[in-house]
Amino acid sequence: MIDLHHVSKTFRKQDETVDAVRDISLTIAQKEIVAVIGPSGCGKSTLLNMIAGLYAPSSGSIIYKGARVSDVNTDVGYMTQKDNLLPWRTVRDNIAFPLELAGAAKGERVLRADQVIAHVGLDGFAHRYPHELSGGMRKRVCLARMLIYGAETALLDEPFAALDAQLKLAMHDLLLKLAAETGQTVVLVTHDLMEAVTLADRVLVCTRRPATLALEQRIELKRPRDVLNVRFTNEFKEHYDALWERLRVEYHEERL
Amino acid sequence: MTAPDADAAPGGLRDNAADAGPRALGSGFMVTCQVLLGAVLLLVWQGASGRLVDNFFISNPLDVGTRLFGWISDGSLFVHIWATVHATVVGFIIGSVAGVILGVWLGVSPFASRLLNPYLSALNALPKVALAPLFVLWFGLGIESKIALAAVLVLFLVFLNTYAGVREVDRDLIDGARLMKATRAQVITKVIIPSAMSWMFAGLKISVPYALIGAVLGEMIAANRGLGYLVQFSGSQFDSAGVFAVLIVIALLAVALNLLVEIVQHRMQQWRIVGR
Repeated sequence: MIDLHHVSKTFRKQDETVDAVRDISLTIAQKEIVAVIGPSGCGKSTLLNMIAGLYAPSSGSIIYKGARVSDVNTDVGYMTQKDNLLPWRTVRDNIAFPLELAGAAKGERVLRADQVIAHVGLDGFAHRYPHELSGGMRKRVCLARMLIYGAETALLDEPFAALDAQLKLAMHDLLLKLAAETGQTVVLVTHDLMEAVTLADRVLVCTRRPATLALEQRIELKRPRDVLNVRFTNEFKEHYDALWERLRVEYHEERL
Repeated sequence: MTAPDADAAPGGLRDNAADAGPRALGSGFMVTCQVLLGAVLLLVWQGASGRLVDNFFISNPLDVGTRLFGWISDGSLFVHIWATVHATVVGFIIGSVAGVILGVWLGVSPFASRLLNPYLSALNALPKVALAPLFVLWFGLGIESKIALAAVLVLFLVFLNTYAGVREVDRDLIDGARLMKATRAQVITKVIIPSAMSWMFAGLKISVPYALIGAVLGEMIAANRGLGYLVQFSGSQFDSAGVFAVLIVIALLAVALNLLVEIVQHRMQQWRIVGR
């Protein structure tokens, strides 16, 4: 569904050129959950921005459902570590924002927003403003907003990096539940290997900048996964160790 | 000329004290002190006039009061106040609407903002008051030229603030909205303008006194009514009591306008917190 052909991206800042991504080719199937892992600042986010059509690749091409991505890709939902909620809107109005943009009537917006609010466990918070919510709740709002406008692909850029361990688990659980229900394709960028293995069907390890693919590994863990207990299984450990072995090289080189 | 200036202060100080007292200080003791200080200054003024300084320069509180009372009882003062308020308010509205539109437009259009940048900088650096003769030529001696001067003063302040606010809008919020299929118009009305709102309000707030300045100045240059005209006319008649009387009225008007802005701002903030 998403095909990247020899995609590279170079940024120019005055006289300095920075290679963020170099020659990545990759195919992501529909309903697949792919985790991209690598050292911080290696160009993973640039990759997502290109899939979203916010940046154009310097060379190569990105094909989304058979069509080349040349403008903002409105089939995707985007979620970053920063929430990108509109601070002057309540939870309900934030969640209903995509419907409002599409011109839905107020009654329908409220009705559907309230359904989704209940679904992600935000009952009673419809009238709160983002700054009144905890980090985890804001993530729920983001997921609910993505859910309501039926984005067929979710691009997640270290979405849970700022959450504590318990909240992270709860969000992983919610994310897997929603992805299974909606059949969403998920591309998750993270630097947390535990998170990557827990969630993904496939983990891609990126090198230091410029990002290239160093390793690709299928995660053959059964679904639905129990996000709390899956990490204590032997299979999980094998996947984790194999990936960590490769990742350590990248981190090690970075230190030098 | 230093004497009138030095003694113009008591009137102004007393007004400020009366204004700031109940709100900011709250304590009855401080209010009492402030009123006492005002009374003492008035007494000193009254005592100094004619003894230490020629009455011709600094007049005296009793004459000023008599002049004010005369204008109030024949109703002429209200005609002048109304003329000034009218020009101030209309100028403020025109200037702020134009400023917001210009600010948003240039804020979202890099091409236009770069194109117009040198011209706007030059216009902004120009003391807008110097445009007054031009406005008299264009709009005549009536209220229109005063409105124009007030509007131009307001326009630049509001424009600069709105522009800064629009440029400050979080790029990620805009990208997020675009990914959710927002059109350009929707991005502007639903993301950029609400986001820049606090900047716009800051611009509107600081520009209110400037609208009054514009109106009064316009009236001083060429008019047959308004507080600016009245202060100019009294001065040209060597009527220092009249000048002081108008100054007091202008100061009170400015205080009232600032109070009004604060009330509106308070309302707006409540509205922003409670409802959408």
